[in-house]
Amino acid sequence: MSDTGKKISLPIVGAEQSVESTGKSRAEGGDVMSEISGEVTAHGVVLYMKGTPEAPMCGFSHRAVAILTSYGVPLYSVNILEDQEKRQAIKEFSSWPTIPQIYVGGEFLGGSDILTQMHQTGQLEDVLKGALGVS
Amino acid sequence: MVEPEYVESKLKQAFSDAHVEVYDLTGTKDHYKAVIVTPDFTGKLLIKRHRMVYAALEEEMKGPIHALTLETYAPGERS
Repeated sequence: MSDTGKKISLPIVGAEQSVESTGKSRAEGGDVMSEISGEVTAHGVVLYMKGTPEAPMCGFSHRAVAILTSYGVPLYSVNILEDQEKRQAIKEFSSWPTIPQIYVGGEFLGGSDILTQMHQTGQLEDVLKGALGVS
Repeated sequence: MVEPEYVESKLKQAFSDAHVEVYDLTGTKDHYKAVIVTPDFTGKLLIKRHRMVYAALEEEMKGPIHALTLETYAPGERS
């Protein structure tokens, strides 16, 4: 599928020099936005959720986990309930007011409704294949 | 909390010639489902449609509405 939203500048190829594009985590001296940028580019599928895949704390996050794990792809999840700074920052980063949020191949895919509909139409499989080379 | 009628009227205001249905999913006036059919969505990806809805409800999404499930259709798309 074509443009699904905001493009993330990849730290490795990004021509722009800014704090946000370094991908450094807070532990490495970056800020939270930089940390998010690093996360979504370092992992094929990233899920910002309430709780953990084993113990989701909200129905929408639960649904997102169920759909993504059904494809058997490696899932990097971030529990925003344990990180209040990131809970606010991810909404700003994606310009999206709700959790969960899903990134595939460094691109913002949407929330649980979009994930569900893309799953039902078969688009999600194509996107995951395209980003991860999953057969 | 926010009244369903208010959500409905805001969405009708935001989109041209819109058919809008708003459901209070939990009876607590903060978990909603909205079904919106408008020609404004024609040719737009889901992510863009959802962003348009969130923009229309910007203030409400900051707190009064905790969860919003969306079904967004251009005319003729709804099955």
